[in-house]
Amino acid sequence: MIDENGIRLDGRRWDELRPIRIEVGVIKNADGSAYIEFGKNKIIAAVYGPREAHPKHIALPDRAIVRCRYHMAPFSTEERKPPQPTRREIEISLVLRRAMESAIFLEEYPRSIIDVYVEVLQSDGGSRCASITAVSAALADSGISMRDLIVGCAVGKIDGQIVLDLSDYEDKEGEGDMPVAYMPNLDKIVLLQFDGIFTEEEFKKAIDLAILGNKRVYEILKKALIEKYFGTVEEK
Amino acid sequence: MSIKKSPIIENLRKMQMIELLSKERRLDGRSLTDFRPINIKVGVIQKSNGSAEVSVGNTKAVAGVKIETGTPFPDTPDQGLLVVNAEFLPFSSALIEPGPPDEDAIEVSRVVDRGIRESQMIDLKSLVIEPGKLVYCVFVDISILNMDGNIFDAAFLAAVSALLTTTFDKKIAKEDGSFEVQKCRLPTRCIPISITSITIGDAILVDPTEEEESVQDSRLTLTFNDQGFLCAGQKGGSTGISKEQLFKIVEISKAKAEELRSLVKKVIENA
Repeated sequence: MIDENGIRLDGRRWDELRPIRIEVGVIKNADGSAYIEFGKNKIIAAVYGPREAHPKHIALPDRAIVRCRYHMAPFSTEERKPPQPTRREIEISLVLRRAMESAIFLEEYPRSIIDVYVEVLQSDGGSRCASITAVSAALADSGISMRDLIVGCAVGKIDGQIVLDLSDYEDKEGEGDMPVAYMPNLDKIVLLQFDGIFTEEEFKKAIDLAILGNKRVYEILKKALIEKYFGTVEEK
Repeated sequence: MSIKKSPIIENLRKMQMIELLSKERRLDGRSLTDFRPINIKVGVIQKSNGSAEVSVGNTKAVAGVKIETGTPFPDTPDQGLLVVNAEFLPFSSALIEPGPPDEDAIEVSRVVDRGIRESQMIDLKSLVIEPGKLVYCVFVDISILNMDGNIFDAAFLAAVSALLTTTFDKKIAKEDGSFEVQKCRLPTRCIPISITSITIGDAILVDPTEEEESVQDSRLTLTFNDQGFLCAGQKGGSTGISKEQLFKIVEISKAKAEELRSLVKKVIENA
């Protein structure tokens, strides 16, 4: 999957990301929303809330609760995905929710609920990482107080080498995949999953590379948010 | 499960725990890296192809393996199937209600599934009867009987011990086209071990109890193969973790995995 010049199937080098485009405020009815294209991924995230919790008994007296639904459209994959949530989607909803809970000042919104919806219109490798980036843009757009933005980007192992941001094909055929979400200013990892064989050294290298990639995603995310609220950004 | 708890009691407990942690002690007297007593019994369900009952302290899980034949997935016509499912039984805790597996139970099944699959413990390619048409399906069903923290490792130990003692009737094709049935062991290549730790502030606690889990910052489940390589992992908890703490947990867990593996080996040899 990597040729003798170190070029991957889609023309990238080991430490290059796929093209990323983020647009903030795409769903007018929602309190906050964002659209992300991350390689072939096309994902919308939207936030409703904080609003009154319903049913009432799920509310907590000292903080807000977060509800997250990650869903893939039936037409988002090669083969049609039945519309009902799969175990994979339920698990991703859970890890996305935990990542958000690390960033949001939940105690500022007692007795309320924050609903976060993620819809994958087209999927590619690393959809949960693209999703968390879109989610944090949507949360920022909604004005909910957060400790930091969250960005996500995966690393993986193909042909025995640790590389940044796996494509769909590299994820399926490669030896390992490791999605990482990160709060860049607090320097904290808020989502980490991996499968595939990694030695301790490879694991450390992968984490370092993921943090590097995430810092680049962060620049793109920041720019998209500034563009939404202050118009075009001047290049430095 | 984790959502409905009195925050006032949690905060008091947390203060007490942190006070003890500063002296590197835990509420139950263990050191930070100690496991609770582990007990593994294999062959507890005679009607299954392989089974094991595992307790880690008060956490108790039973796993049963059933092997049936079925059709392979279209994208892997030359491989048998592995299906892992975990269920929290309604009597396992006062906070669990009957119903289909919730997100926590689904997480346990998927983390156990990835650990077994990615360690390549089972040689799925050897479980093919007719490529593209008929393969063996390995169903691993885990029931959590009693919950007291670290469900992940108890479920994983139960699943792995059950698989290591699994036997099944293998169909072997004869020259005249008919099949001969032979009792075989499930072909396994290694003993993967998962280790779960949590962080509370700067402290790292291996094998947390439910009480410790209720005040955790982050949780990390790591699975290791025989060579000590990482093969799957999952972060839990609603607080971020630093890179330094993460690497420290990898180091501790790697040594712990060795300990647990020799324990499993001993049980299997004596079975």
